[in-house]
Amino acid sequence: MLTKWRLEMPLHLMLIPGLVAILIFSYIPMVGVVIAFQKFMPVKGLFGSEWIGLDNFRYMTELPGFYRIVWNTIFIATMKIVSGLVVPVTIAILLNEIRKEFYKRSIQTLIYLPYFLSWVILSGILIDILSPSKGIVNLFIQWLGFESQFFLGDNKWFPYTLVISNEWKEFGFSTIVYLAAIAGINPSLYEAAIVDGANRWKQIWHITLPGMTPIIVLMATLSIGSILNAGFEQVFNLYSPVVYESGDIIDTFVYRIGLVEAQYGLATAVGLLKSVVSLILISVSYFLAYRFANYRIF
Amino acid sequence: MVGRGTWSMRIFQIMNYSFLTLLAIVCVLPLIHLFAISLSSNSAATAGEVFLWPVDFTTKSYEFVLSESAFMKAMGVTLLRVLLGVSLNMALTILVAYPLSKDASALTGRTVYVWIFVFTMLFSGGIIPMYMTMRLLGLLDTVWVLVLHAAVPVFNVVILLNFFRNLPKELEEAALIDGAGHWRIMWSIFVPLSAASIATVTLFAIVMHWNSWFDGILFMNSPDNYPLQSYLYTVVVGMQAIISSSTDLELLEMVSDRTAKAAQLFVGALPVLIVYPFLQRHFTKGIVLGSVKE
Repeated sequence: MLTKWRLEMPLHLMLIPGLVAILIFSYIPMVGVVIAFQKFMPVKGLFGSEWIGLDNFRYMTELPGFYRIVWNTIFIATMKIVSGLVVPVTIAILLNEIRKEFYKRSIQTLIYLPYFLSWVILSGILIDILSPSKGIVNLFIQWLGFESQFFLGDNKWFPYTLVISNEWKEFGFSTIVYLAAIAGINPSLYEAAIVDGANRWKQIWHITLPGMTPIIVLMATLSIGSILNAGFEQVFNLYSPVVYESGDIIDTFVYRIGLVEAQYGLATAVGLLKSVVSLILISVSYFLAYRFANYRIF
Repeated sequence: MVGRGTWSMRIFQIMNYSFLTLLAIVCVLPLIHLFAISLSSNSAATAGEVFLWPVDFTTKSYEFVLSESAFMKAMGVTLLRVLLGVSLNMALTILVAYPLSKDASALTGRTVYVWIFVFTMLFSGGIIPMYMTMRLLGLLDTVWVLVLHAAVPVFNVVILLNFFRNLPKELEEAALIDGAGHWRIMWSIFVPLSAASIATVTLFAIVMHWNSWFDGILFMNSPDNYPLQSYLYTVVVGMQAIISSSTDLELLEMVSDRTAKAAQLFVGALPVLIVYPFLQRHFTKGIVLGSVKE
């Protein structure tokens, strides 16, 4: 008994710095969510402010445009989730058909790259190349004989610009997961199929794709949890008041009412509602993934 | 070999190669375009003459960037932040991942510990309580606020702990019998054997600290203390936010210095472009073994 404890003690000691850090920087802020139930005044502080129950939540649902913002969030997030599944799966299958190892690796290296750049850098680039007057994209569109479009300043285009540019940043990185799944498929299945006379199309359709199904189902299931995350960093960098109507999402809204307009209680209430709904969705999707795909994160 | 033979297959191969090449080009072309603009004269850039090669080659915009004291100051804040932040992140990632990679029988309360960490990935107080906590601790406007608020990167911990779990149990057992303690096993066996995975999470930590911009804007009251990406946000991107109509926005584009913006963005992206090729060959292995389990 004593020796087991002596052996274990270093393990507990190792955990202390990490535990202290998240206690201070993650758990203490969680206590702060109580201001969602207060008429919070910074001068009076957390304990001196007046408690107003659910008033902030009620007020929130009465705000003009609140449902518009929820709709924008879900609409943008759904498109991102769907494209975030379809594009990387397709690219992984196509990449897998490349036989020249060097070529395959070069392409992979290049397509991961945008993932590692910040939204500030990428937005700077996008604002430049999508500019209606001098951006290369619009110069190209004009050259083709069409009228130039203001992708970042037009409510018709803005949500799609968000989805496509997000996919441009993310798809290469997500492709890794699917390539790994393909690499895990038993090679003897292909050998058997070739003996049976299956061409490459048939091999893709009957072996590669079914071999990827579990991981596709898993990724799809886990993505349910992110339905309220339409991407704060990206939207915040790309939007302007002109496109609030189509581009304002819950997170950017919380930032504006909270830190720009200083309505702390209200902003925290909106944020809290979003976090709670997300937490429930993540838990459900994790449970489903555990149940049906036998997936565990640790 | 497979795939030779039929015409349709051959056509598919040609199209596949072309398509993927095109796709890879689309991923890097904007960066090359940006670089070409940054090395062109402002008049050529404004006239839209620059595509992939500088027109009227000049390094004027880089001279401007290097002489801009606010830019250099922000760069200094970022370098300090990356140095402190990545060291702290890596120390804590390893220290947390090692014990949690043990079975529940070898570490009493493992499940509880794991959930304490994982819960922080699922739920947070949000930006306002976070800001108030940092103010309470007196950390606003210091580099420490940037380093500490993400001290334990839980996602990286999960990657590394799964990698640790896949190492053969016999190694640890043999070392224990030889009288090594956990500190020794962690440092002399697990860490060296996990080089690929550690390289991966180090890359993630570097990129995270280098790329963060929102925490700078949130926690720094004075723009003097902004890290580089927050500074870039205000000078390159954020100006949009104060503009209220699309004509203003177009006007702003006309007057602002396109080449200087491009140069600042390129310098902001450069370190990641340099670090990335060295570490990326590890990360396919590092991530896949760490995150996808059979």
